[in-house]
Amino acid sequence: MKKYLFISLAALMMAGLLNAQSQYKAGDIASDFKLKNVKGETVSLSDIKDADGFIVAFWCNTCPVVKKYDLRLQELHARYAPKGYPVVAINSNDPAVSPGDSFEKMKETAVKLNYKFEYLFDETQEVARRFGATNTPHIYILTWKDGRLVVDYVGAIDNNADDASAADKKYAEDALNSIMNGQAVAVAGTRAVGCGIKWKKV
Amino acid sequence: MKYLLAVIVSLIVGMAPLPAQEIERIGIPGLEKILASPDDQLHVVNFWATWCPPCVTELPHFEKLSREYQGKGVKFILVSLDFPSQIDSKLIPFLKKNKVTADVRLMTDLDYNSWIDKVDKNWQGNIPVTLFFNNARKSRYLHPSEVTEKELRELIIKYKQ
Repeated sequence: MKKYLFISLAALMMAGLLNAQSQYKAGDIASDFKLKNVKGETVSLSDIKDADGFIVAFWCNTCPVVKKYDLRLQELHARYAPKGYPVVAINSNDPAVSPGDSFEKMKETAVKLNYKFEYLFDETQEVARRFGATNTPHIYILTWKDGRLVVDYVGAIDNNADDASAADKKYAEDALNSIMNGQAVAVAGTRAVGCGIKWKKV
Repeated sequence: MKYLLAVIVSLIVGMAPLPAQEIERIGIPGLEKILASPDDQLHVVNFWATWCPPCVTELPHFEKLSREYQGKGVKFILVSLDFPSQIDSKLIPFLKKNKVTADVRLMTDLDYNSWIDKVDKNWQGNIPVTLFFNNARKSRYLHPSEVTEKELRELIIKYKQ
């Protein structure tokens, strides 16, 4: 029994390591998912109408870096949803580790901050694992091509978390503008510095 | 005379921890200088922020071991990624409250992607991470996550050799 437990633990740890190393990057095909939004409805990317693609943001209620980017994410949605790229925010934090990231608190946050975009709860953390998201905020820009979701950009929103007006590299916007102009995305991957996703304790 | 000297020395040592307000601010050149240090000693460079709970959890281990290893060939530097707008409201009160005497530097260059690779190409941007290196011996290791006191102790022993 003990041996079996040890082997399963080792396997889980290895899976963890593998997960840490496999992150979607530009050119990969992302899989769609089914997650509950703050209204309690189940949402898949394929259900979202009039979208050419998505700005998927691994997000939460509690991280100070997320709070720094809160307005900026809302602006991205306001600007790019009408152009076919809505924001879809996903909270993957385990509420047992981070109580402020419970589903109830997500509802409160969405109301308080007047989120116009979908805010989804990744209760099993499977979506974060599959995407290889490590931090909040962590952005994935996806585009529908022939019925598949192609990853165009992975990383940070811009290059100044502290002060939006001082950011002089707007990675997410630049990527979206390139996509809309039919150009290649010049910077398709950056490191997103933020709070580590609060994984369930094994 | 000897006694007087001892008193003076202990007074100076007692004052040694710099007031936290005098935290040294660095940009990319300052970071590169740390990373290029030619000294034949183990450097332990921890990247952290007060907004990062696991960083705050492990910080006391760095504080404790930096005291233990004082003058014993291990140099600790704690590079804070706190937001420049929150130095007086968050970082300095934190350092005071926790009586941190270790060498803390504030990284003021927020264009992370312009310097993360200089630290280590495998760094995904998560914190905490800790870089162990001794340039004179060409040893280098980036620990990609939080450490316990035991783990930190073992890593120091391993890379100090």
